[in-house]
Amino acid sequence: MRNRILTMVLLALGCGVAGGCSSLEVKPWVSPYERNNLADPIMSFQRAPISAGYITHVYQVREGASGAEGSTGGGCGCN
Amino acid sequence: MLALVLPSAHAAILPEDRVDVMYHGYEGGGLTVEGPAVLVRKAYKDKVSVWGNYLVDMISSASIDVVATASEYTEERTEYGFGADYLHGKTMMGMFYINSTENDYEANTAGLSISQDFFGDLTNLGISYSRGWDTITRTGDETFEEELDRQSFGVSLAQILTRNLLININYDSTTEEGFLQSAYRQVRYLDPNAARGYSYDPALHPRTKTTSAIAARAMYYLPYRASVKAEARRYTDTWGVDAWNVEFGYVHPFDFGMTTELRFRYYEQTEADFYSDLFERQAAQNFMSRDKELSTFSTMTVGGGVSYEFATPWLPLMKKGEANLFVDWLRFDYDSFRDVTAEGLAPGEEPLYGFDAVVIRAFFSFWM
Repeated sequence: MRNRILTMVLLALGCGVAGGCSSLEVKPWVSPYERNNLADPIMSFQRAPISAGYITHVYQVREGASGAEGSTGGGCGCN
Repeated sequence: MLALVLPSAHAAILPEDRVDVMYHGYEGGGLTVEGPAVLVRKAYKDKVSVWGNYLVDMISSASIDVVATASEYTEERTEYGFGADYLHGKTMMGMFYINSTENDYEANTAGLSISQDFFGDLTNLGISYSRGWDTITRTGDETFEEELDRQSFGVSLAQILTRNLLININYDSTTEEGFLQSAYRQVRYLDPNAARGYSYDPALHPRTKTTSAIAARAMYYLPYRASVKAEARRYTDTWGVDAWNVEFGYVHPFDFGMTTELRFRYYEQTEADFYSDLFERQAAQNFMSRDKELSTFSTMTVGGGVSYEFATPWLPLMKKGEANLFVDWLRFDYDSFRDVTAEGLAPGEEPLYGFDAVVIRAFFSFWM
């Protein structure tokens, strides 16, 4: 129950921030022309989705804790 | 494999058009899993990107759980999924469906997500919802059928901090209700009437579980062309499992089209409240489990990979290709799960269990 309440609060906060900030004009401290390093493929958290998804699935099946890793889904063949 | 669904780590832009074809293999602890996987993603008019995936696991298991209470088996799992992402201004909306089928387990997951760029595209905030519904049967018992429902909420924040540093924070909460255990696994209890000193009974898990997980990731571009990644994650659930992991990675590209990658991961967890390797007597408590995934244990991973980019003038519609090989070595060490295959020892005196596993991912990627 506590987790559900926390989730709802986080969702409400997220929606509030989304609604309130979309109209704000904030000058970005990293300009678009300064983002060439960030746009390099080596700066991707998941360079290849097919392989990242597979190793995450391995951990989900063999460990007792899943979530917040950007991957989900059931079925495993884990006996 | 929702990882397939997440379009971007740090901005509302459509993912690249690509085709990935992979062979995957897992071997360790008496279990072998291998098979092919395919993922295709294609955008239309810079507005919509659709994707589809197909994966097969060919499983051959003589794991310690199987050896202790059953006999070796082989089976096949197939998974397919499809989804779409729609980009409208700085807002990305996504939806997906994934189905996984084994001879005794069918899992379905469907979900929605929305994310938005803010503050000159330095910040990306997203929320997601997914629902799962599984059907569990048991080989050799046609009367057995159980259901499992799952709901998951997620919040994500991606932030550009400097021209070389990105961070990403994810929070997930999942509630599951139904048959939350294996249809085959059993618990072990002391039995003075048994020749070996113990006997087995079916396990019984609670029928509800709520989990929370939060993860923070950072990626830094080094002064030369290379990147380092760090991750910390914490997990708790209403069964008493408390887990955390850290991961570090390093990516180093070379001028001649080769990219190398190294990573290290450490994970540990505490056991569930109703877990025991050896219960004192039959029906010792309401809920009982001897799933080693619910015991106290740690996992260590050391992995590396190499990718080689090449031109594809011989392949119509494709701009370039990449050949990839990733190998990971995993070590599992259990602190409260014993190896019952060790003979001649009193119950509870067997050595603690542990095993090594190797995961191979070999794949070709092509960009359209």
